[in-house]
Parts: sequence; structure tokens; C-alpha cells
Amino acid sequence: MSKRIDVEHLNVYYGDFLAVEDVNINIEPRSVTAFIGPSGCGKSTFLRTLNRMHEVIPGAYAQGKVMLDGEDLYGRGVDPVTVRSMVGMVFQRPNPFPTMSIRDNVLAGVKLNNKKISKSDSDALVESSLKGANLWNEVKDRLDKPGSGLSGGQQQRLCIARTMAVKPDVVLMDEPCSALDPISTIAIEDLIHELKEQFTVVIVTHNMQQAQRVADKTAFFNIEGTGKPGKLVEYDDTATIFQNPREKATEDYVSGRFG
Amino acid sequence: MSTNTLQSSTSPARKNTLTSGQRPKWLVPVVMVGAVIVGAALSALLGFNIALWAIFAAVIFLIAAPIAVTVIEGGRKGSDAALTYVVYAAFILAVIPLISVIWTVLARGLPTMSVEFLTETMGGITGMVDQRAADSGEHPPGGALQAVLGTVIVTFWATLFSVPIGLLTAIYLVEYSNDNWLGKIITFLVDVMTGVPSIVAGLFASALFGLMLGPNTRMGIIGAIALTVLMIPTVVKATEEMLKIVPNELREASYALGVRKWRTILKVVIPTSISGIASGVTLAIARVIGETAPLLVTVGYFERVNLNAFNDWMATLPTFIYQQLMRPVAPTAPDPSTDRAWGAALILIVFVMLLNLIARLIARAFAPKTGR
Repeated sequence: MSKRIDVEHLNVYYGDFLAVEDVNINIEPRSVTAFIGPSGCGKSTFLRTLNRMHEVIPGAYAQGKVMLDGEDLYGRGVDPVTVRSMVGMVFQRPNPFPTMSIRDNVLAGVKLNNKKISKSDSDALVESSLKGANLWNEVKDRLDKPGSGLSGGQQQRLCIARTMAVKPDVVLMDEPCSALDPISTIAIEDLIHELKEQFTVVIVTHNMQQAQRVADKTAFFNIEGTGKPGKLVEYDDTATIFQNPREKATEDYVSGRFG
Repeated sequence: MSTNTLQSSTSPARKNTLTSGQRPKWLVPVVMVGAVIVGAALSALLGFNIALWAIFAAVIFLIAAPIAVTVIEGGRKGSDAALTYVVYAAFILAVIPLISVIWTVLARGLPTMSVEFLTETMGGITGMVDQRAADSGEHPPGGALQAVLGTVIVTFWATLFSVPIGLLTAIYLVEYSNDNWLGKIITFLVDVMTGVPSIVAGLFASALFGLMLGPNTRMGIIGAIALTVLMIPTVVKATEEMLKIVPNELREASYALGVRKWRTILKVVIPTSISGIASGVTLAIARVIGETAPLLVTVGYFERVNLNAFNDWMATLPTFIYQQLMRPVAPTAPDPSTDRAWGAALILIVFVMLLNLIARLIARAFAPKTGR
């Protein structure tokens, strides 16, 4: 399953501080969308509002609408836990559960929620998720070994497999390659291309080449100064953003004449 | 090897200029020997004894060695040497009482140790029996079985009460309170509780059950309550520290999979920190196992085995030691009682050391594995 995301007039606050102001964006299903922009411009904060993960931070809240196939994630009585099982997330630093084996890490979403699953079903789920994350061949002989024994790139793909195993509609990635070497980065980027067959993928990246390689559409976020809220400056096809942007700020940023 | 080629390229007789101006290796040992000799001479002047000798030698060394280093290598190295030797001296000072206690307890307790001492009670050991043993100089009769069992029972109940309360308190403080006013009050109260004198905890438990069951009620469970009051703050503090060092990334990873908060805590946070929690709990047990005062006023003392914590007086190792020393069975021949006290002290120390060892083993067994 893959769902579209429509955001209308979204403001994100940390306590009294307005971190992201008035974002309107429409993200198509089965596409890859990249968020670029300088540090502190609110792109990660905005990404985390898409599965209500920013609420984990005390005092953080959002106003506005985030529609997943027309259903408002911030509607009355919506349980953030349900939202997060539909919108998965991969983090900047690989974070497999250190107490669990590779196999249990993949099954974490099922097992931590105490869902009953038969041995054959769980075996099939582990295999399909790891194959989906291009990790199966590297770990199939050591599924019972701890996940923390893998390399950084393998750990990140394990985290992607873990996210895919809960069968979300949308996968959010917060700088998934910034802690990885170029070879592992290419492995993840190849994977992102395959993921978009099944999921809506949204990725935050500081690497503009990466945005050009993986994204169908790109959104540029910017901030006017410290203490000011971050804003969505421009959102368009990746080629347009990088070659023929409408806004001066976007052109300055993507051409390196920032600031 | 690169160092070999480097050396062969320069003449072997030439000294490395980078190592010039350093003190010779023999300097500090020679100063040490000198300090020992001068210390011996000085103490001989005042009337020789080993303690005086050690103090003189240490003081002379602590003054002379840094001065010697300063003269050769300059002020920075000199103050480095001074602080290094002061730290060593402080460490040795701190360890002396510990080694002395262990040595004394081993020396005086080991002769009493026997199968008999571990399997028999004080039942039937009257003043006459002790008097006869003291006169003939044989192994002290009777044993501490009832005290060993009593200590195990009381500590078991105390652990059973304090661990769930302490664990849940720490979970609230770390995971739910967000530093709100309730969390701040609880933290403050836990800190205050850490400083409650143990006799006050004993009086609290005694008074509590005195109100319910009549004054002077004594039984194992009351002692366990008193120890619980002492254990809870230790367990809370240890668990709190352990939960705090679980990386937030793991909690977020779990939330992002659509796992509820309480399940995340139960299945991710606690398993990740269980080794530290378990060793913290074990050390908390080690801390209360030797408490005497609260047990005297809540559990009392008994000569025979009583396995029921909910009825009647009970012996524990600390009260056993107290009883044997303060009220010898045969007032005219206290030696067998004193020997038994040292024997019980040895058992208690072995208990504490075993608990520390178990804490380390638990920490290693539960620690997250990193094998490939």
C-alpha cells in the first residue's frame, strides 16, 4: 500500500517557539520526495510531524492538517501509535535494538506489539523484509546473532527492513546516509529506488547530489535568521529545483552561493 | 621495521635529543629507598615502631621525590609527580582499613568456621556448656544456622518489597515525569530517604506494626519492612541512572514501529538496562544485609531456627553478632561467644562479597551482546 500526503497550513511549535511556519505540500504516492535546506531550518522537525514523532519531545505540538489519503493525522481522537504504524521512520544513526538478534530486530514491530505470529509466517516475513532491504544474502546464515555486530551500513539496512516489516504506507527517512560511507550510501540509494514501488518515500538529506539521484520531487526549506521560523521556500520537480528554480534563495543554496 | 632503519641511519652512539633532560629511571626508586632508610632512623630516635616508620618514610618520599623531579625536569613535571604520589598515598590510606578488617575477620573467624557452626543453632547451649568448652579450650559449641537462615529470609522479603516499588518509581521519574512538580518532589523525598538513619527506619516499622498488632510485636516481616525503607532509595537511584543512559534513539525506534510507550519501556528500555538494574539491586541488598539496629527493634533475637517471617522472633547474622558480644552465653567465660561472633562476622562478609561478585556476573550475563 502507498498513500498520498497532503499538508495544509501546518505550524509546528516547541512550547512557545514557532519552529516551522505555514507549510503546504502535496506528496504523491509511489514517489520519492527529498527535503533539503540548511541545518536548523525545520526540515527534520517537519518530517517528524508526518508520523507525529515530534510529540515525543515534551512541549512540542503542531497545528494544521496532515492528510494521509484524505484522513487527518491530527484529527480528534487519532492515536499517534496508529499513525506511526502506518508511517514508518528510519533515523539518522542506525539504531538496531542491542538486546535482540537480527531476526528479532526485523520482527520487532510485530513482537513488541505482542501480536501472535506463526513460525512459518515469521520466517517468511523476515526473509521478505531482509530481501526487500537487500540484506538477506549478507545475514541469512547468522540471523540469530546480535544486530549490533553488523557494519553501520548493514545496520541501517536492518533498520529499513525492520520498518518495512510493519508494512507501512509511507516511509520517512531522516538523513539515512549521513553516518555511512559512500559504498553503503549507494546501497541505501538503490534501495530507495526499489522502495518507491511499494511506499511513499520522504527523505531529508544534506547531500544535494543524493537528492538529485533519488528524488522525483524536491522541497527547499529555509530560515531567515536565528529565532525565526523555518519555511518551505520552493517545492517542485527535482530537475526544476536544481536547474531552473523560481526563487533566488533556492538558486543560491543549490549552487553553493548560500548565505 | 621503520624504527630499525631510523636507528641504523644515525650513529648508534648518538643520544636522541628528544629524550634529553629526563630523569634517570633509577631516580624515584632510589629516593624511595632513601626515604625508607631515613624514616627508619628518624623513628628510631623517637622510639621505633612500624607505624611511625611508615609515616616518616611516606612523608619524606612525598616531599623529596617531587623536589628531585623538579630539579631535573622542571616545575611542570615536578607538580605532576607530586600529585601522582599524593593520589597513590591517598589510595593506600583508603585501602588500609579495608584490608585490615578483612584480615582481622579472617584471622579470628576462620578458626570458628566448621560444619558444626554452619549446621547447628544455639538451642541447648547454656552457660554451663560454654564454661566447659572454655575451660577445656575446645571448639566453641553451637552454631549460627538460625542467624544465616533469618538473614536470608528477612533480606528476601525486603528485596521482594523494595524492588518493584523502587523500579516503578524510577520508571515514573525517567519516563513519565518530564521533570514536573511531582517528579521533583519524589526526587527530593528519595534523596531525603537516602539519609534516613537506619534506626529510624526500624522505629518506623516497629511503630507501624505496634499500632496494628500491639506494642512489642516482633517478627521477620517487620524487619523486612524496615530494610525496605532503607533499600528503596538505593534501588530508585541505581535504576534511575541506568534508565537515563538508555539512548533515546532506541525509544524513538520503538515508537516509530507503532509500539506503545509502556510496551517500549517493558520490552526495549528495561531489557537494554537490565544488567545495570540487576547489579544495582544486588548492591542495594549488600548494603542492608549488615544492618543491625533496625533488626534489633523489629525482629529481635532467637536461639533456634524460625522459618516463619510472619510469626515470632527471629535471629539474623548482625543481631547474632551483637547478642554474642554484648550478652555472652556464659558471662564468666565469654570466649566461646566472642569466637562465635567473629565466625558470624566472617559469614556476613562472605555474603556481601558473594553479592558483589553476583552483581558483576549478572551485569556481564545480561549485557547487550556484540558478537558477530
